[in-house]
Amino acid sequence: MLIFLQNAIRCSAAFMYGCLGEIITEKSGHLNLGIPGIMCGGVAGGCLGVSLYMSAIPDPTNPSHILLLLCGILGAILAGALLGAIYAFLTVSLKCNQNITGLALTTFGAGFTEVIMKTLDKTHFSVAATYIAKSPFPFAENLGWFGELFLSYGALVYLAIILAVVAGIILKKTRVGLNLRAVGENPAAADAVGIKVDGYKYGAILLGSSIAALGGFFYVMDLVQGLYNSYQPVEAVGWLAIALVIFTLWRPSLSILGSILFGALYTASNFISVSSSVINALISFVPYVATVIVLLTVSIMGKKNVQPPSSLGQNYFREER
Amino acid sequence: MANEKTAVREPLFHISKRDEMPTWKSAIIYVVSVVAALLLGSIICTLASPKGDPIKFFTSLYKGVFASDRKIWETLRDMSLLVSVSMALLPAFKMKFWNLGGNGQILMGGLAANACMIYLGGVIPDVWIIVISVIASMVVGAIWAVIPAIFKALFDANESLFTLMMNYIAQCFVTLFIALWVKGGSSVLTDDQLAHGRLPVVGNQFLLTILVSVAVFVFMFVYTKYMKGGYELSVVGDSQNTAKYVGINVKGVIIRTLIISGAICGLVGLMLTSGNYANAAIGVGTAKNMGFTAIMTTWLGNCNPLAILASCALVSIVSKGMTQVRMDFKMTSDSFSNLVVGIIYFFIIACSFLIQYKINLRKKKTEDK
Repeated sequence: MLIFLQNAIRCSAAFMYGCLGEIITEKSGHLNLGIPGIMCGGVAGGCLGVSLYMSAIPDPTNPSHILLLLCGILGAILAGALLGAIYAFLTVSLKCNQNITGLALTTFGAGFTEVIMKTLDKTHFSVAATYIAKSPFPFAENLGWFGELFLSYGALVYLAIILAVVAGIILKKTRVGLNLRAVGENPAAADAVGIKVDGYKYGAILLGSSIAALGGFFYVMDLVQGLYNSYQPVEAVGWLAIALVIFTLWRPSLSILGSILFGALYTASNFISVSSSVINALISFVPYVATVIVLLTVSIMGKKNVQPPSSLGQNYFREER
Repeated sequence: MANEKTAVREPLFHISKRDEMPTWKSAIIYVVSVVAALLLGSIICTLASPKGDPIKFFTSLYKGVFASDRKIWETLRDMSLLVSVSMALLPAFKMKFWNLGGNGQILMGGLAANACMIYLGGVIPDVWIIVISVIASMVVGAIWAVIPAIFKALFDANESLFTLMMNYIAQCFVTLFIALWVKGGSSVLTDDQLAHGRLPVVGNQFLLTILVSVAVFVFMFVYTKYMKGGYELSVVGDSQNTAKYVGINVKGVIIRTLIISGAICGLVGLMLTSGNYANAAIGVGTAKNMGFTAIMTTWLGNCNPLAILASCALVSIVSKGMTQVRMDFKMTSDSFSNLVVGIIYFFIIACSFLIQYKINLRKKKTEDK
C-alpha cells in the first residue's frame, strides 16, 4: 500500500507539469493542443542538456547532483519555450486557428523529439537518472514511513508541487493573475483598460509550455529511469494532462490532488494481484470517463466559477468587433 | 499642431483584414509555402543524417511514391482513406463544431465490424455478415459522434474536449474487447477468428477502398453544395442567431450533421478492419491517427471539397515518400515523417494569415512636409 501511494505521487508529477502548463495557457484564452508535443520536446531538450553536461565533465559516473538537474531543467525549458514560441507566434501574432496549430505542434514535436533522441549519446542516461530521481533530503531514510511517503522523491516532484501552489496563488491573489484571467475571459475589455493583451498571451503560452516541457523531462529521467524507447508514452501522458485540466476545473491547487488521482490510476495496473488484461483495460477507462463526467456536470450545472475561460479557443483581433 | 502630430509614435506596421483574395493568388502562396517547407525539411534531414544530401531527399521522396505500381496503389489507398475521413469531418467543421473525435469514431466502427464477424461468423451466410457489419459500423460510429453532439446542442458542453476524450474511451473499448477475444498474451486478433464476412475483393486489394471513398466524396460534395441539409449547416456555422431567426432547428442540425459525420468515420473503420487482406483487424492503432490528420487536411482545404482533395494528396504523398527517405537516409525512426509533415503544416497554417490579413507598413513621413 505504501509503495502504491509512493508510486502514485511520483507518477503524478508528470501529469502535474503538463496540467499546470495547460492551465496557465488556457487562462490566457488559448487552448493549446500542442501540449503532448511540447512534453515530447521537453524530453529532447532535457536529455540534450543532460547529455551535454555528462560529456563535459571528466568523470561521468560521479556528476554533481545540482548541476545535472539544472542542465536538464534548462534544456527542457528552452525546448518547451521554443515550441511554445512557434505556437504563440502562429496563434497570437498571425491569429491562426488554435486547434489546428496545436495539433500540428503535436505532430511536429513528436518528430522533433525522435530526431534529437536518435542522435544523442544515451550511455550515461541511467547514471544521470539515478541522480535526478534521488531525494534532495538525505535525512529522509531515518524518518520511517513518513520519510518514505513524503520525502523520498526526486527534486522534480517537489518542484512540480511548489509550482502548482505558486501558480495558484499568483492566478488568484495578484494583479498579474487578475489581468491574465481578464485576458482569457474578455480580451476586448482587458485591452480597453490598458492591459497588454498580446504580451500576457505570449507570456502565458511561453511559461505554460516551459512548465509542460518539464513534465516530459521528468517522465523520462525520473519515472522510467532514463530508458527512452519512443515518444508515444510521453504523448499519452500529455493527452491525459489536457483531460486533467478539465477534471480539475482550471484550478492549479486542485491539479495537485487530481494529478495524484490520475497517477494512482496510471500505476494501479502494476499493483493488482490478479493481473488480467481485461481488468487492466477496465482501469484504463476511469480517467477518461471521470473527465467526461466532470465536463458534463460542469456544463449542465452552468455555474460561473467552474467554467472554462470564456474566450477559450478564440483569437483576439483588435480591429474586429 | 503639426509638431504634435509627428510626436505620436506610429507603429512600424499595422494589420488589417483583407477582402477576398483571388484564388490564383492564394494558390500561389500555398504552393510557394509547401515548396519552402519541403526545402526546410530536406535541410533538416540532411543535417540529422550522415547519409543525407538535399537532392537525394527529393529523389527519394519521389521514388517512395512513384517507384512501382504497388507504391502508387498504396499511396492512392492511403489518400482515399484520408479523403473519406476528411469528408466526414467537413460538415461538422462547416458548422464550426470541432469534431476532434475522428480517431475514436473510426475505432468504434472498426470494432463493431469485427464484433459482427466474430459473433456471426459461421452462423449466418457471409453476405449477410457484410451487410450487417456495414450497418453496425456506421451506427456505432454515428453513436460515438452523436453523444458529444447531443450534449453540445442541449447544454453547450465544450465539444473539442469531449470528442477528444471519446477517442481515448474508444481506445479503452478496443483494448477491452481484444482482451476478451484474444486468450493469451499476443493481443492481436488472428485471421482465423475473422475468417467470415471479409469484404469482397474488387480488382486488387486497394480498389474497393478507393471506390468507397469516391462515393463518399461525391455524396459529401453534393450534400454540402446542393442539398438543404448542407445549406442549413453552413448557416448554423456562420451565425447561430441567423439560423434561429430564419427558423432552422439548430439543435436538430447539430445532431443530424454529427450522425452523418460519425457514420462515415465508422465506415472507414470497417474498411480498415474488414478488408480482404492479411492482418486486417482492429487494434488500438487502427485509426493511424487519421482523425487528427484529417482535421488538418480539412482545415487546410478551407472546407472546400476540391481543395481538401489536394491537401489529402499532399499529406499522403509526403508521408509515403518519407518512408523511402527514411530508408535511404538510414534513419530508424518512423516518426521522421512527422517532422517534415509538421513543418508543412506550420507553413500552410501561416499562409492563412497572409490570405486573411494584410500588413500595412508605416507610410514615410515625407508627405507631411
